[in-house]
Amino acid sequence: MENNRFELNAQLAQQLKGGVIMDVTNPEQAKIAEEAGAVAVMALERVPADIRANGGVARMSDPEMIAEIQAAVSIPVMAKARIGHFVEAQILEALKIDYIDESEVLTPADEENHIDKAAFKVPFVCGAKNLGEAARRIAEGAAMIRTKGEPGTGDVVEAVRHMRQMNKDIRMLCSLEQAEVMPFCKVNGIPYHIAMQVRELGRLPVVNFAAGGIATPADAALMMQLGCDGVFVGSGIFKSGDPSKRARAIVKATAQFNDPAVVMEASKGLGEAMVGIGISTMPDQDKMANRGW
Amino acid sequence: MAERTKIGVLDLQGGVHEHVEHFEELGIEVVRVKNSAQLNQLAGLVLPGGESTCMIRLLNIFDMVEPIKINHANGMKIWGTCAGTILIANKLINDFPQLQLMDITVERNAFGFQIDSFNSKASIPKVSDQDIELTFIRAPKITNVGEGVEVLLEMEGFIAAAETDMCIATVFHPELTPSLMFHKYFVEKCGLTITADATKRLNRTSWMRYARVTNPVRK
Repeated sequence: MENNRFELNAQLAQQLKGGVIMDVTNPEQAKIAEEAGAVAVMALERVPADIRANGGVARMSDPEMIAEIQAAVSIPVMAKARIGHFVEAQILEALKIDYIDESEVLTPADEENHIDKAAFKVPFVCGAKNLGEAARRIAEGAAMIRTKGEPGTGDVVEAVRHMRQMNKDIRMLCSLEQAEVMPFCKVNGIPYHIAMQVRELGRLPVVNFAAGGIATPADAALMMQLGCDGVFVGSGIFKSGDPSKRARAIVKATAQFNDPAVVMEASKGLGEAMVGIGISTMPDQDKMANRGW
Repeated sequence: MAERTKIGVLDLQGGVHEHVEHFEELGIEVVRVKNSAQLNQLAGLVLPGGESTCMIRLLNIFDMVEPIKINHANGMKIWGTCAGTILIANKLINDFPQLQLMDITVERNAFGFQIDSFNSKASIPKVSDQDIELTFIRAPKITNVGEGVEVLLEMEGFIAAAETDMCIATVFHPELTPSLMFHKYFVEKCGLTITADATKRLNRTSWMRYARVTNPVRK
C-alpha cells in the first residue's frame, strides 16, 4: 500500500473520532443507526450475541446483503473478515467497503497469521487486548485499532481490562530509558519502530476505539473517559428493547462523555438493555478475545 | 455582549483536535465548543469534518442550531470543512438542508467510497502564494454557488472551496495537512491578528499530543 493511502485511511478514522459505530444486520437497521447519529455501521449477518448463541463457523457476510446496506446509507460501511482470511478481505475490497474489520468475532481462518493488511487499498481496523497486539496489527497495516472486549456479552469488563492494559503498557513504554526499550519490545512482542512512535506520541499512532460489551450510555462514557477515541456498539443496540432510543442515547453520551449531567439524561428511560452474559463465569475457550495472535 | 476575540471549534464529533492544533500553532486562543453558552465570545466558529448526519443530530440534541444561527447573524463567522460544508449549505442534493447559512448547493459523499479518497495540490492565490495540499476524504462536492458567493477553488467538474463575507466552505481538510495557511486565512477573515509564523509546517501526527492516553507521564 502506498504511504499516501495508509495516511488517507488513518485520516478517515480520525473523522470518526467521538462517534459511535453500530452493528447492523439489514438496511432497515442501518437506516435506524444513521438516523440516530452513528458515524459508521458494521454490516454483518448476525450480531455477536447471536453468533455466540448459534455456534458453528462464523464467516464473512453475504456480499449481496452488505451491498444492500451500502446502498441504504451515506455514512461509511464496515464489514468483517475472518482473521487471516485474505480472500474474504479481497472480496470486501472488491465491494469497495469503507473499512474491513479483521475480527475475532468470526471464526479465525488462520491460527498463526493475520492478513497482510498493507497489501490492500481499503483500510483495516483490528482488535487488541494490549499494546503488543495493537502494535503488531499496526505494523501489518491496520489504520485503526479497537479494544477486543468480549463481544456479544453486554459485559463491559473485558473492554475496560483491555483499555487499561493498553494505557498501562503505553505509560510504561514512555517511562523507559532508551536502552530498556528493546527488551520491553522483546517481552511484549512490540515491533520496535512502532514502539518508538508510541514513545514519541504518548499514545497509539492510529485512532483507538472501544469495542466488546458496551451496552449503555454509561458504558460508552466510561470507555471514552478511559481514553478511547470513540466506541463500537455491537449487540448492545439491536438486542435491546428500544434500539432507536438506545442508539441516540449512546451517541449523546459519547459526544459529551465528560459531562455527568448529559450522561445521566441519556441514561433515562431506555427500556431493557440486552440481557447479557456475565464474563466471570465464562470458560476461557468461549472467549472471542483469545482469538488473534 | 462579550467581545468576539476567540476562535471556536465545534467539539461534538469528528476531526476537532486537528483544527485546534492548527489554530494554536498560530498563537490563537481556541475554544472547544460543547454548548451554546460558549458561542458569544467567538469571532469565528469551525464546523469540522466528521459525519454530518451525526453532527446535525447532536446539534439538535444539545439545542445549538438556533444559537449558532443567531451568533452568526451577530457577526460570528463560520468555516465548514467537509461535513461542516454540508451543514452550512442552503441546498443539499437528495437531502434536506440543515443550517442554511451559505448559498451553495452540496452533494454529500460525492466521490463514492473510502477507496476513492485522495490527495491533491492546488493554487489558491487568496489563501497562499504557494500551492497548498488538499486532502479529500469521502468528500462532498459543491455543485453550484449562488450570487455573492466567491469561488476560491474550482477543480474538475466541481467547486472545492468558496466564501462569502461571513462563511468559508471547503470540501477538503486543511487541518489534515502540514500547512497553516488556510487557518491563517480564516483567522484574519475573523479580524484577529496573528503574530506566529504561518509558513511553518506541522507534522501529520502532531494532533495526537491532544489525544494522549489518560495521565501521561511525559509532556
